[in-house]
Amino acid sequence: MKLATFKALAAAVSVVAALGSGAAFAQDKGKAPAKAAAGPMEQFFPALVYRTGAYAPNGVPFANGYGDYLKLVNARDGGINGVKVTYEECETGYATDRGVECYERLKTKGPTGATVFQPLSTGITYALTDKTVTDKIPLITAGYGRADSVDGEAFPYNFPLMGTYWDASDILVQHVGKLNGGVSNLKGKKIALVYHDSPYGKEPIALLQERAKMHGFELLLLPVTHPGVEQKATWLQIRQQRPDYVFLWGWGVMNSTALKEAVATGYPRDKMYGVWWASAEPDVLPVGADAKGYSGVTLQHGAGRAKVHEDIIKLLHDKNQGTGPKDEVGTVLYTRGMISAMLGVEGVKRAQERFGKRPMTHEEVRWGLENLALDQKKLDALGFAGVMRPISTSCRDHGGAHSGRIHTWDGTKWNFTSDWYEADQQIIQPMIKKSANAYLAEKKLPRRDCAKELTGG
Amino acid sequence: MLYRENGQFKTTYGSDQQLLPITQDRFFVWGVVALAFLLVPLVASDYAFRALIIPFLILAIAAIGLNILVGYCGQISLGHAAFMAVGAYAAYNLVIRVPGLNFLVVLALAGLVAALVGIVFGVPSLRIKGLYLAVATLAAQFFVDWMFARVKWFTNYSSSGSVSPANVELFGWVIDQPVEKYWFVLGVLVVMTLLAKNLVRSHIGRSWMAIRDMDVAASVIGIQPLHAKLSAFAVSSFFAGVAGALWGFVHLGAWEPLAFNITLSFNLLFMIIIGGMGSILGSYFGAAFIVVLPLVLNQLPNMLGIPMSTAMISHLEFIVFGALIVFFLIAEPHGLARLWAIGKEKLRLWPFPH
Repeated sequence: MKLATFKALAAAVSVVAALGSGAAFAQDKGKAPAKAAAGPMEQFFPALVYRTGAYAPNGVPFANGYGDYLKLVNARDGGINGVKVTYEECETGYATDRGVECYERLKTKGPTGATVFQPLSTGITYALTDKTVTDKIPLITAGYGRADSVDGEAFPYNFPLMGTYWDASDILVQHVGKLNGGVSNLKGKKIALVYHDSPYGKEPIALLQERAKMHGFELLLLPVTHPGVEQKATWLQIRQQRPDYVFLWGWGVMNSTALKEAVATGYPRDKMYGVWWASAEPDVLPVGADAKGYSGVTLQHGAGRAKVHEDIIKLLHDKNQGTGPKDEVGTVLYTRGMISAMLGVEGVKRAQERFGKRPMTHEEVRWGLENLALDQKKLDALGFAGVMRPISTSCRDHGGAHSGRIHTWDGTKWNFTSDWYEADQQIIQPMIKKSANAYLAEKKLPRRDCAKELTGG
Repeated sequence: MLYRENGQFKTTYGSDQQLLPITQDRFFVWGVVALAFLLVPLVASDYAFRALIIPFLILAIAAIGLNILVGYCGQISLGHAAFMAVGAYAAYNLVIRVPGLNFLVVLALAGLVAALVGIVFGVPSLRIKGLYLAVATLAAQFFVDWMFARVKWFTNYSSSGSVSPANVELFGWVIDQPVEKYWFVLGVLVVMTLLAKNLVRSHIGRSWMAIRDMDVAASVIGIQPLHAKLSAFAVSSFFAGVAGALWGFVHLGAWEPLAFNITLSFNLLFMIIIGGMGSILGSYFGAAFIVVLPLVLNQLPNMLGIPMSTAMISHLEFIVFGALIVFFLIAEPHGLARLWAIGKEKLRLWPFPH
């Protein structure tokens, strides 16, 4: 009577499950499970990380920085105005489908649901962009994600804070232009873009093509397939074409492989420039002294320790509560994870100024992120003096800052080697508008009206 | 005692040839379908729908497709994710270039486009067999990956190569809530299952199985290998194409070519090997095994309250998952569907086994 037993069992299970999840069902069905703040005084931060797989060497320091800063907020400030910070990690392995699964898993946790998602993957960002709109959860993509999501009228829940790939590539073109005595002198030059063949690597192409048209330099597009350990063909092309500069848009093991290939091909490293994800310690350390002269644009910060790092060491690592190894504190990607967490926390803080000192719902955090105003004084108080510059966002500009400088690897450490550059918004803004409008048209979505919202509320 | 067909006399050809000749089976299947349509939406959470059930249903369609080709016709394919990609991109292009087209039509057309591509890549099967064919179908995988990454027209000149279509709309019904997506996908799955089940029972299905068992003998008794093999490729790719379109539109919402890479092809193949080759039901089991098990394993330490680092959990997930695959293949090389069949046989004799 196996069948009958099975049926009885199934019936029993489903009854129990129905009873158990009845309450959850009621909450889950709503479009925005915005629960009342009657629960514990906690703010839940989901952490989409990758500690395994091909991109782990870069994913781990970022995840550790992210976790450490959230712990620091509890240890140093006693939470966000008394609201304790909790967080949980979910492993994505840099895979889009697992990232979506993690998002679904974590989005309703905590008394007010997930505060903000930071997937550290442009592919996952693309997949989550629509879902976060439905769920009304903000998505911070500090230094990655869709370049056109700067347009807050089209992407109300995306926050590519501190800079996009269009900003990064624009700054790089400005820099090599300056080295040649002005961007107009780039005419007839050849720039190769060696990029990770994914949404991440393809993002800068549109801007570089625009710049190539303006200044008359030739752009070579050289894609590298995931995970990027096989680049022989790419570097053969570079050897044949002899580009004047190589821009490296890689991630994970692809970057160090590219540098090794450059050494093998004899391509001068000081003609190579990486994006901010391609100019960190894991990228150059495997090549060591041979990578000397290789430069990259920074997401404002470089390597090195500021006051906030000292706080983390004093309050966490010295008490054995650090997330990762102690000597990782202050490396490029660690600091970036830390900044990303800080931006999320500051979004909550800004929202609390308006809505009251209690756990914020994700909708309220979205307002906070859209009205972020971190001036130098606030940054100093947080210990971020010298790490980053003030940043302020608005309904129209979800990026907040578009500047960066160049740092160069001297064989043992990163040093800043240029002044600040400001990405040319004259060029980028129209492109953002065009791309965002295409997105809205494809999705049949209306455009928000910032002017109306400003006067209305 | 309960599962016995005594006294069920078949008096017409129709009743003899129906899909489920045993009354108890019929009740059971109707019960399962009713439960799936009515009870599951009441019980399952958002997370269960989006992360477990919907991917399972969609990949079950793809697995059925692959099972038709590999399990029924004996032609191995390592490129099935490519046919899914063709379906997804075909649907995307149909939606943006032909506005106002009903999504069911889009789905069918996407399947047909995938079927055409499947036929093209199935042509080598007329000359080569076994492992050599596997390598040839691998070409489909790489070619399609390359095509959608390079030919900008397919992605509507998206700057990042990632496409994200609008929500599915059916006769004014916007399918955006998990429950609605679930119903829609379940509906498609039921139709596709019926289609597959009837196809493999028909003369076409019999010609596939004849080719699988021995192609020389099959051609001697009058089955044209050309028709049988290419029709298997076409039907199989049609299923994959429909599944791909659903995967992109309903599950992911936005995707890049990497979403249909070779890992997915391998996963589909694992599904039918673990689930059971030459069994529609096995495709379901296999899809459930591959989709649901890793996620359960990933969350188990947390549920049990065992503190463990994220990396450790992931590594354990891979180890246990791999071990379980090996275990099931050793315990039952014919797949989970075979275990099910054995269970049914035993049930017939229960409680008085000879």
